[in-house]
Amino acid sequence: MVGKNCFAIASDRRLGVQLQTIATDFQKIYKIHEKLFIGLSGLATDAQTLYQRLVFRHKLYELREERDMKPETFASLVSALLYEKRFGPYFCQPVIAGLGDEDKPFICTMDSIGAKELAKDFVVAGTASESLYGACESMFKPDMEPEELFETISQALLSSVDRDCLSGWGGHVYVVTPTEVTERILKGRMD
Amino acid sequence: MESVFGLVGKDFAIVAADSSAVHSILVHKTNEDKIMLLDSHKLMGASGETGDRAQFTEYIQKNVALYQFRNGIPLTTAAAANFTRGELATALRKNPYMVNIIMAGHDKDVGPSLYFIDYIASLHKLDKAAFGYGSYFALSMMDRHYRKDMTVEEAIDLVDKVIMEIRSRLVVAPPNFVIKIVDKDGAREYAWRESIKDAPVPAV
Repeated sequence: MVGKNCFAIASDRRLGVQLQTIATDFQKIYKIHEKLFIGLSGLATDAQTLYQRLVFRHKLYELREERDMKPETFASLVSALLYEKRFGPYFCQPVIAGLGDEDKPFICTMDSIGAKELAKDFVVAGTASESLYGACESMFKPDMEPEELFETISQALLSSVDRDCLSGWGGHVYVVTPTEVTERILKGRMD
Repeated sequence: MESVFGLVGKDFAIVAADSSAVHSILVHKTNEDKIMLLDSHKLMGASGETGDRAQFTEYIQKNVALYQFRNGIPLTTAAAANFTRGELATALRKNPYMVNIIMAGHDKDVGPSLYFIDYIASLHKLDKAAFGYGSYFALSMMDRHYRKDMTVEEAIDLVDKVIMEIRSRLVVAPPNFVIKIVDKDGAREYAWRESIKDAPVPAV
């Protein structure tokens, strides 16, 4: 979700194999650099492989360009990597959030073959995506300060995953401003 | 159906696995060792397709040894787990290994650790893990009785509770189990839990 000169990115914490829960502390949001985060929902193995490939590409980029990647560029990179596997895709839906030029917040999501979806307000992905669309649409206001943004995204996340049996076991929220990154764990319905 | 499970204790980790080798309705043997010692301080319990299990675990074991030969120091448990995941992930979309792995190890700086790696190469570090139909019983028993920093006696007691549960509640329950432990003194076999003994084969 986009706020006033800041953004927030949140995920649930469940790692499961269909009906069985394997872990309740699984990390789905990864930091690429101080002002760029990517959340990967979907098949855990593909999320891990994709993350490793992205970190590899970003580190090479940093060595060559001597600066961090802009979020828009990174989104194009993710899209290209996913489309490379068009006929044998990674079963992941990424959510990318970052602060671009002049710390302007940037968010986008993609389907598993790299179709970018830019938005000015919020983007969602995962098994509870329909619920998330509804919750975000009703709770979102433009230009929220970081504290209010945190409250809003947390409520939207928890209310959506509570209605989805495959998501949940708490939440993980990052609120990123130009000066700091705050990471918080949420406790919701632990079931 | 094969069961493997493991848990982390105060300064050790335990992995237990059933020891039946089954082909359709026939039980080939009941003392198959499915937990491989990767090196002095690492264990890898594996379940799944028999051929894949034997081949893949041996492949990992030899590569772990090769690293130590080449570099003069052993891999950490985390590194070995990530290497294993990498091999499974690379093979996944070509010729997948149908092997589920629980890797346990002890490192001087980190202490004991346990990694869950399923056959499609999802990796996660956990305190307790289980695979197979037995996992439904194992995870529930461990969720109920597991505490952080258990002693060896308490942990073995919990493992025995799990084995009891699997034996009594799973319809095609494996009769025998092997338990291995890894701590600061190394990885070794701890015990067998047998309710059927194979007839001894005379040495030729």
